[in-house]
Amino acid sequence: MSGIPHDHYEPKTNGEKWLNSRLPIVGLIYDTIMIPTPKNLNWWWIWGIVLAFCLALQIVTGIVLVMHYTPHVDLAFASIEHIMRNVNGGYFIRYLHMNGASLFFVAVYIHMFRGLYYGSYKAPREITWIIGMLIYLMMMGTAFMGYVLPWGQMSFWGATVITGLFGAIPFVGDAIQTWLLGGPAVDNATLNRFFSLHYLLPFVIAALVIVHIWAFHTTGNNNPTGVEVRRTSKAEAEKDTLPFWPYFVIKDLFALAVILVVFWAVVGFMPNYLGHPDNYIEANPLVTPAHIVPEWYFLPFYAILRAFTGEVWVVQFASFITGGIIDAKFFGVIAMFGAILAMALAPWLDTSTVRSGKYRPMFKWWFYLLIIDFFALMWLGAMPAEEPYATFSLIASAYWFAYFFVILPILGVIEKPLPQPETIEEDFNAHYGKADADATPAE
Amino acid sequence: MSHAEDHEGTRRDFLYYVAGGAGVVATGAAVWPLINQMNPSADVQALSSIRVDVSGVEPGTQLTVKWLGKPVFVRHRTGAEIQEAQEQDAEGVDALPDPLARNFNLSADAPATDANRVMPSPEGEAPGAWIVQMGVCTHLGCVPLGDAGDFGGWFCPCHGSHYDLAGRIRKGPAPENLPVPPAEWVDNSTIKLG
Repeated sequence: MSGIPHDHYEPKTNGEKWLNSRLPIVGLIYDTIMIPTPKNLNWWWIWGIVLAFCLALQIVTGIVLVMHYTPHVDLAFASIEHIMRNVNGGYFIRYLHMNGASLFFVAVYIHMFRGLYYGSYKAPREITWIIGMLIYLMMMGTAFMGYVLPWGQMSFWGATVITGLFGAIPFVGDAIQTWLLGGPAVDNATLNRFFSLHYLLPFVIAALVIVHIWAFHTTGNNNPTGVEVRRTSKAEAEKDTLPFWPYFVIKDLFALAVILVVFWAVVGFMPNYLGHPDNYIEANPLVTPAHIVPEWYFLPFYAILRAFTGEVWVVQFASFITGGIIDAKFFGVIAMFGAILAMALAPWLDTSTVRSGKYRPMFKWWFYLLIIDFFALMWLGAMPAEEPYATFSLIASAYWFAYFFVILPILGVIEKPLPQPETIEEDFNAHYGKADADATPAE
Repeated sequence: MSHAEDHEGTRRDFLYYVAGGAGVVATGAAVWPLINQMNPSADVQALSSIRVDVSGVEPGTQLTVKWLGKPVFVRHRTGAEIQEAQEQDAEGVDALPDPLARNFNLSADAPATDANRVMPSPEGEAPGAWIVQMGVCTHLGCVPLGDAGDFGGWFCPCHGSHYDLAGRIRKGPAPENLPVPPAEWVDNSTIKLG
């Protein structure tokens, strides 16, 4: 599967030969887990395994929760309490599922910003990046619909606000919103379809994960230097790489174990820390909570959605040139989805030929500012819609777009990159000493 | 025999397009019911009409009723509120973000004057004493709070939209005035919605 030269599976026994000539599944698994992996990968490369674990955790705990949950507006809230109080160990399974979503998003954000810093999105890994962005979108859809299922106040009003985004589309918005909800407002029809889709989407994500892995196994992993593995001969490739099993599997599992210690502590001791108390009040269509806050992982994009009000000149200009078709509400929706689209377009917006941010002295600082911007947006998304937060939100949103549409294209032209190592081996030896000193600790 | 070959090619092309076209139509016919099933079902669609007893709604208070799954505000204004609403009205419709009345009972291009927003008053009450409107913020569908905001009317806590005493948007992200649903007096103390 990989373009990097390496040993392939050879069936030895008669039984293996029999199977291999009919279904080469052992070879497929062998080539997948023995893939040559750049040996200089640092700790930022462990989040893929964490993400795979999260998907499995969510699917397993989710399937179990469905055995006790009732998707009906009159019974859903009570069935969650039933899980919490009556089902054997139900409270812990539910807390795992709730906080599992948070761990999933922690991991995906680190994984994405890893890619943004080390230029993992650049040629030839654009497809891997795009598939990843699709997975991220599906994760957001799944998490949003899952949050509706307990039928608390935040479930109901979150669903109302988010489906309202589709109502902002000119001309057809109302029809689309009614179609999504199955009625004039969020009600039983909405709850039932969200339940169905919440069960479906994780399996779509699982399929996309396979495509994601397939894509980067074809191009090979990126690595902290951004320098490609040498492919002219197997001997040369082996100087730059180690097989995924056992070297990286063990490293990744160690990291996963450390992360799970923290995760289990959160689940055990502060399971509702990341949630919102209003969601323990049953949904009431006649009362809006004083302050609707989405889950933390949506906050940066929620802040962008709210930032563009009718008083902002860009919004007024857009409204003017489209004859009022794009109003403030629709503009906010475009901005929110545009912020995600901007990330997806990074492979084509970044003009620099240097992959890794390590060798890009100017890029580095803009990237660190983007991280700060991301956290600032997250904080602003949780604040009430008033000054001074509104102005801060606008500035932070502007930087988000500026980073992708202005800074990335310009930096590639004006920046003078630092010298990069010739090979991954050179970089590795500079850090850990020569390969023939294997037995002694690194200096 | 080029002529015969052409002829045969044309027949093949024809069959190709007919088969392809039939495939597209069949796919569309198979997919449409799967999409349409998500539209509101018959029981949801059945136009509901409710009667609301407003005899207990004292001036200065508001009744919230659920109609078509959404809240409807029935507000009984005090004399002072009617006066303040008229002062707000004097600023003119052109000063408003949304100059249209959004009143289902009037034509679509009726201007958003206070008179076009309120219910006709029953006998014995001052004009503009009753205002009935959907309690759904036109931004993203939250329920605004009564007696709140910078204009003495309603305030949406979700994203900070301020509505005045006639339910007209004044400030914040909401694009339109609160819609006025189909409503009429059945007798002096009962309003029919829908």
